[in-house]
Amino acid sequence: MTALRPAGDFDRTYEQDMSVIRRPWQWVALAVVLLLALTAPRWGSAYLVSTANHIFYTIIAVQGLNVLVGYTGQISLGQAAFMLVGGYTSALVTTHLGLPFPLAVLVAGLSTGLVGLLFGLPSLRVKGFYLAMATLAAQFIIPWVSRHLYPDLLGGTSGRITAPVPVIFGISFGEVNNYFYLSLITLILTTILMLNISRSRLGRAFVSLRDNDLAAELLGVNLFGYKLRAFFIASFLAGVAGALKAHSQRGVGTEFGYGLEESIIMLGMLVIGGLGTNLGPFLGVTAVILLEDLAGVTGQRMAQLFPSQAARFLTSFRPIFFGLILMLFLIFEPRGLAHRWQTIKSAWRLRPFSR
Amino acid sequence: MNWQLVPQQFATGLLNGGIIAIIALGIVLIYRSSEVFNFSHGQLVMLGAFVTWWFAGGEETGNELFNLPLWGAIPLAVLAMAGLGLLIERLALRPMTGQPLLAIVLMTLGLAQFLEGSAAIVFGIQPKNNFPAPFSPSDVITIPFPGAFNDAIIIKQALLATAIVAVVAAVIFMLFFQYTRIGLAMRATSEDHELARGVGINVPRVFGLSWAIAGIIATIGGVLLATVTGVNLSLATVALVAFPAILLGGLESFSGAIVGGLLVGLAQALVQASSVQVVRGTSEIAPYILLLIVLIIRPEGLFGEKRIERV
Repeated sequence: MTALRPAGDFDRTYEQDMSVIRRPWQWVALAVVLLLALTAPRWGSAYLVSTANHIFYTIIAVQGLNVLVGYTGQISLGQAAFMLVGGYTSALVTTHLGLPFPLAVLVAGLSTGLVGLLFGLPSLRVKGFYLAMATLAAQFIIPWVSRHLYPDLLGGTSGRITAPVPVIFGISFGEVNNYFYLSLITLILTTILMLNISRSRLGRAFVSLRDNDLAAELLGVNLFGYKLRAFFIASFLAGVAGALKAHSQRGVGTEFGYGLEESIIMLGMLVIGGLGTNLGPFLGVTAVILLEDLAGVTGQRMAQLFPSQAARFLTSFRPIFFGLILMLFLIFEPRGLAHRWQTIKSAWRLRPFSR
Repeated sequence: MNWQLVPQQFATGLLNGGIIAIIALGIVLIYRSSEVFNFSHGQLVMLGAFVTWWFAGGEETGNELFNLPLWGAIPLAVLAMAGLGLLIERLALRPMTGQPLLAIVLMTLGLAQFLEGSAAIVFGIQPKNNFPAPFSPSDVITIPFPGAFNDAIIIKQALLATAIVAVVAAVIFMLFFQYTRIGLAMRATSEDHELARGVGINVPRVFGLSWAIAGIIATIGGVLLATVTGVNLSLATVALVAFPAILLGGLESFSGAIVGGLLVGLAQALVQASSVQVVRGTSEIAPYILLLIVLIIRPEGLFGEKRIERV
């Protein structure tokens, strides 16, 4: 990540060596970005704010997936189902127990983490493709539970319950202009969490068991323990993201988009952004969500051009665009946008001697 | 349990399992020759059904290009789908040779999305009910069976034909992989690409061929499925049930794919004979519960090769 640093950029103290933000101008850049983000509801259009909100909570879920898939190298096809668990938990504890919203999000994360542990158990015996199948089972079993068991709590066959508007210190977060801040603050917290996981003992253990599990075991990494930790963190973040999504959409249920397709799209976002990088989820989620909006616009244009065939155009461009871009990235840039960004950065530093 | 329903559900389950088995067969075929686990096989099955329907003049606009009877449409569709298989292998999977599992899995998942969207644009999203099926849903065989509901088992001819075709196809493939040069070449390739090249096997051609065959078997599965359910975009989702079947039977085994498919079909049907409503509802997730049990107890499946790997 920080492989290429300009000449003369030394660390003189351990604090400098450990710092995430190194240079004064990076502090300025961070401040500007945060200021822009915090004031976005003031100057941005409704589309911008609601898309940003969508992007923020999706990034949190993809960050979780990144721990499991990017760092630890275990394939998961069930992230969307874990989001569903988080959404249901948060909606239930705020409605029935009256927990305040921040606490509800935390409870949602923890309970989803436990469910994730349950489906991570097969990782004791199987790996790779077989483990992907276990998470695929989660992707089908969890939504089934929400539709068939405890119908008065979970909404029964229609598969939906309402999630109340979060109120913190008397401020209502019903409008997306307000809700935006909840997603943003949570995203900042999870990003700090991710930055620290990835460069501490935990993250290094994850990477070691991704790169060579035999060698990792030899070095004293408890494989099963760390795999379960990866599953817990991934599901925890999925649960937090699911809670944010549920309260943002004012409802939770299988019809709000928690299917296999969403899980696949999140995997795609991760690959397009860059597996195993902290920048990857940001770039990938933004790129794919904007691409989906573009696909929606394309579909509408085509539907206007050929009104008699409108139905087939309205929804079909989304999977086509996504599938195509995912395949192109896998062939031409398997390390994702984050790697492309690194190349651009180092080319800029080496100028005029870059290729 | 509602024992009166068991014989009927047993028969229906076995026959539904035949459809699952033939889809599983196509996935195992690709896996055996190129170690690619094809998540887009369901979409190929769906496309196979749509292409056959199109060659059979399904649009019914009056000026369609082809308006063939079913026996003429199937060979053309088989050819077209074999071509599509070759194309997919050349454009999408060949650049992925030697890439890690995750990249290949994602490639087929992306391909699945792409094929699904393309099918919706080319053929429209409405279900087609005018598939020229050789059997109508009302063509049934009634077998007297004392003790069952109404003292008889009712079997749809279409389902019976599917099951027979699935078993015949499995036998053909097993013989093909045991005794023919090209079948042996495919097995050698899946074992080790470099060694296969060393003994003079044209590895890229083997990959292409296996995808072409997968396209053919997907078309057969699609036609059989379409005779039972009609042609629509959701045919692709049936393939999702084939994954548990494959793991149950063992990834590398054709007979395993058939047995796994039948067992999954049975599991889905038998829970419906229960008298508890929640248990009846588990029909859609029964394959996945079975899958989890298999993964924990016997990860290599019933007939799979056991890979001993101590970590």
